[in-house]
Amino acid sequence: MGPGEEDGRRSPGADNGEPAGDSPEAPAPDSPAAPGPEADSPAAPGPEADSPAALDPDAPVVLSLERVSKSFGAVRAVIDGSIELRAGEAHALLGENGAGKSTMVKILAGVHQPDSGTLLVNGQPAELHGPAGAIGAGIAIIYQEPTLFPDLSVAENIFMGRQPLRRGRRIDGREMTAEADALFTRLGVRIDPGRIARGLSIADQQLVEIAKALSLNARVIVMDEPTAALSAVEVARLFDVISALRADGAAVLFISHRLEEVFEICQRVTVMRDGRHVLTSPLAGLSAGDLVRAMVGRDMPERVPGERGAPGQVQLTVQRLTREGVFTDVSFEVRAGEIVALAGLVGAGRSEVARAIFGIDRYDAGTVTAGGRQLKKGSPTAAMAAGIGFVPEDRRQQGLVMEMSVQQNVALASLATLRKAGIIRASAEKSFASDWAVRLSVKYGRLTDPVSMLSGGNQQKVVLAKWLGRRPSILIVDEPTRGIDVGTKADVHQLLDSLAGEGIAVLMISSELPEVLRLADRILVMREGRLAAEFAQAEASEETIMAAATGQLEAQAR
Amino acid sequence: MTATLAPPREPGSPAPASSRRLAERVFRVREFGIIAVLVVFVAVTAAIQPRFLSSTNIQFILVDATIFALLALGETIVVITRNVDLSVGSVLGLSAFLTARLASSTHGLPLVLVFLAGLGIGLLCGIANGLMVTLGRVPSLVVTLATLYIIRGADVLIVGGSQVVPSSYYPSFLTMSKATVGGIPDLAIVVAVVIAGGAYWLRTYRSGRELYAIGSNPDAARLAGIPMGRRVFTAFALSGAIAGVAGVLWASRYGTVDSTAGTGYELQVIAAVVVGGVAIFGGSGSVVGAAIGALLLQTINSALYVLGVSPNWDQAIAGFLLIVAIVLDRIISLRLTASLRRRSARRGS
Repeated sequence: MGPGEEDGRRSPGADNGEPAGDSPEAPAPDSPAAPGPEADSPAAPGPEADSPAALDPDAPVVLSLERVSKSFGAVRAVIDGSIELRAGEAHALLGENGAGKSTMVKILAGVHQPDSGTLLVNGQPAELHGPAGAIGAGIAIIYQEPTLFPDLSVAENIFMGRQPLRRGRRIDGREMTAEADALFTRLGVRIDPGRIARGLSIADQQLVEIAKALSLNARVIVMDEPTAALSAVEVARLFDVISALRADGAAVLFISHRLEEVFEICQRVTVMRDGRHVLTSPLAGLSAGDLVRAMVGRDMPERVPGERGAPGQVQLTVQRLTREGVFTDVSFEVRAGEIVALAGLVGAGRSEVARAIFGIDRYDAGTVTAGGRQLKKGSPTAAMAAGIGFVPEDRRQQGLVMEMSVQQNVALASLATLRKAGIIRASAEKSFASDWAVRLSVKYGRLTDPVSMLSGGNQQKVVLAKWLGRRPSILIVDEPTRGIDVGTKADVHQLLDSLAGEGIAVLMISSELPEVLRLADRILVMREGRLAAEFAQAEASEETIMAAATGQLEAQAR
Repeated sequence: MTATLAPPREPGSPAPASSRRLAERVFRVREFGIIAVLVVFVAVTAAIQPRFLSSTNIQFILVDATIFALLALGETIVVITRNVDLSVGSVLGLSAFLTARLASSTHGLPLVLVFLAGLGIGLLCGIANGLMVTLGRVPSLVVTLATLYIIRGADVLIVGGSQVVPSSYYPSFLTMSKATVGGIPDLAIVVAVVIAGGAYWLRTYRSGRELYAIGSNPDAARLAGIPMGRRVFTAFALSGAIAGVAGVLWASRYGTVDSTAGTGYELQVIAAVVVGGVAIFGGSGSVVGAAIGALLLQTINSALYVLGVSPNWDQAIAGFLLIVAIVLDRIISLRLTASLRRRSARRGS
């Protein structure tokens, strides 16, 4: 906050909050909360709502989270988070995947209670007991993933629990529909309030969520990636609505990976990294590069000094792969002895591409060729037969059978080679499993212990052992080191590197840029379902990858 | 139900209007489908065996269906919230025996008190179910499976080998299920009114709509600040209380009550609910549909009897109809989703 600006602007906060006639529905109780000293000075012209640079530095703080922390078991999601929101501002919250933004949102939503730190609403300490408490405190959340009731009408989705009533506490359906219509008119979209929510496009679902937040007349509106699914026209409409909300004196917390949007609509920004508050500042004077540096904030990682030779033959070819609404026209190839990383933001469609290649999900167009043969759509069996191994993102749900033993899990993908006359011999299973467990230095008590007793990193090694036991020629790994401690992480990196050295073609999905830069020979960046950029290892940096993933490259090219 | 919420739209917006018409059609089709099956069944049976439409037979069908429709009302309220109550048959049995004994031992007791006793017994059972599901966070399938056996066990202990016989009642207890107005049993009329009241509540009150919200998407319901525990608890308490009242009707209808009363009813009730178009995973369906489902299953039972089909076929045919209903339900909802999605896609492009 520039101290120089503070003297120049002295318009009363309450004035900014309620331009005459502009906010017929703005609840009155908020105005007394505005600090008094200048309240009766002659009304200076309030800052224009649609000029993003204009934020009244004396605007009252409607909400602040100070030094909050939140852990889930051993995972420290937020270590030291702070956010301060002033009346009439749109405030951006930025950070990489896993920086703790979503946890902060859930604290504001009343879903999580912070372990430490304070929450002030209108300057008063407050505790949010559950979502109803947050709604009661005037906080509305628009979640990244729409949370609708598929079986109920759009109008009911908006007003659930707060439906307008008529005589006898009965729901006034006519009024509810009319109010929903009015909200959609305000948003400039046409959605029938009477239709059921099932089958709405993601964009329409998001618009229903936005209408829901508007209907709360909230003083604080948190928008977690509201534009991810919207078209340009709808985004423009949303920005008009945000401006109108600001003019009404509400505060908007805006989370987006599209930096150009942040510059267009927000006045201030808070950046988080690794669960900590990094900076809070007015956006004026900052560049996109400044923000990316603040988000990434680490030094360039050292490359693993792999002794990998030049890549060999093409093992995996993906051509124009398309799944409607998920990813579009994705083409690339992976050669033997090469690690190719798919980078990008969560939700860019990386995992979905991997799942389609392995045949878990179907695709609408395009081809996948492995080892010279075109793979049958939607058949993991065919993918496995072609020599593909797949280590999924969620190892507990998709990679392992948690109740089964270490030994059984390792052997699971190789049962065909371990059985004799249809019966799996325990001794063969055991020697097979212990073989691989030693090679991957899995730390375990006994091979017969359930795999759930192992640490996350060792569980991941078991998943890897399971696939390596099939001697794959192509290995797809999705977030191979998520939630793994540093030591085991280095093991996994070493292992992937040596696998490539042995001539396996590795396709790696990772949201951790240091990891991508350490391991990958080539980096493909996905953005909103499309390949946005490709970098050779030498020309990639965290900045260039983030820029491509957030659309900054295109913005610069324009 | 969607139709009542939506006022007519100006012609400027053709796409939403057509989607609503589609949804409307589907909802109509759902209940229309069951009614059509019912009518066809009655017509065919009557053509083969006119005795099927005798007023006595109609009365018997209606009284039996009334008891199931009442149970289906309670079950629907629970199923809508993505839960299930398997204990209704046992609750009915316990209530039937205890109220029958009350009615046969204390002659002159006002009928209202007998009903209140049945309601109280059921309510206690429902409260126990509700507490274990909401406070104990045990899946309702497990809780009510356990109480199915516990309550039946208590019933057996209390009843022992004894039974209450019709001759021991004061007459009005037995005649109440025989009284008719214009050929329709009084009971059926009263229960129809109760079901209509239940349908009205589920449709027009916040608490009713919140039950649908909970079943449709529990996570979203939590985020919307809906008091989920209280609502689900209420659903179980209501289901229990209703089963208790149904027990009184059962005792009056059959007269002879022993420890087996209502055995296996839970699955027949769930069958009626599903045949009536209530989604087994919650979020949609109506109590009127469930009641018609109960009537349909009862009609089928009776028709098979009148036609001289061995009662051994009853269950197989009921099961077959259940599958038909579920398949229809799946097809309709897939069609609906696909067509709504197509429309959205067009709009988006």
